[in-house]
Amino acid sequence: MSIEIAQTLDARGLNCPLPILRTKKAIAALQQGEILEMTSTDPGSLKDIESFCTQTGNELLGSSQSDGDYIFQIRKQ
Amino acid sequence: MNAAQQLELPQDSLNEWFDQRFEQKMAERDSAKTPSMTIIATKGTLDMAYPPFILASTASALGWDVSIFFTFYGLNLLKSDLDLKVTPLGNPAMPMKLPNGIEMPIPTSVMALMPGFEGMASSMMRKTMDNKGIASISELRDLCLEADVKMVACQMTVDLFDYSKQDFIPEISEWVGAASFLPTALEADVNLFV
Repeated sequence: MSIEIAQTLDARGLNCPLPILRTKKAIAALQQGEILEMTSTDPGSLKDIESFCTQTGNELLGSSQSDGDYIFQIRKQ
Repeated sequence: MNAAQQLELPQDSLNEWFDQRFEQKMAERDSAKTPSMTIIATKGTLDMAYPPFILASTASALGWDVSIFFTFYGLNLLKSDLDLKVTPLGNPAMPMKLPNGIEMPIPTSVMALMPGFEGMASSMMRKTMDNKGIASISELRDLCLEADVKMVACQMTVDLFDYSKQDFIPEISEWVGAASFLPTALEADVNLFV
């Protein structure tokens, strides 16, 4: 995927609700249109990040899994 | 002569227009409104401290306005020095696992009678939570404060238990009674009692 990541966030090893709270904080620091890539190991974050994006209006560009990591790209609106 | 007849519009199309317009206005109003939540926190144990702080911090991450009313034992969650404990007494559902994952094969009712067991169970739970990447209560509380979650304390409880206000965090926004909290709850979209 050829998208430009403005910021990465490593939330691996953290459990609910910390991945969401850290994501919220990281997004707050971005400019509109910039993209955050967040990595977590919490399986709950799959649904939670989706719901977070729907509620906050940020765009979930994609999510993928590799070796127990869940990786999300979120564009700030 | 009513408005529809004046405009020579059939009543049906006026109704249809109104229904559409009403839906649209309601949707506009809903999307402009910031969702809000109130929680009443009544428990002061380590395990029961989690739901209010997890829900409040997550709701604020979703952009909601949140206030928590701390009453009775819940007031302990606002002390500057948090010393929260969990007890297996009267709690048969509590899994008694050592932090390495080994389950202790003793009924909780028996364990609860052992002197000093509460302290041990509490430190075991804290250790397990830490191993699993679960935030501590003071960390979650700080995150809530940072996110402007309103912490409202019950005045009656302080008087009842002879607490000193100096023992509590200074971020408490008000010391009030039920009559002050209920109007906030009335306006909120989500009301929880923990």
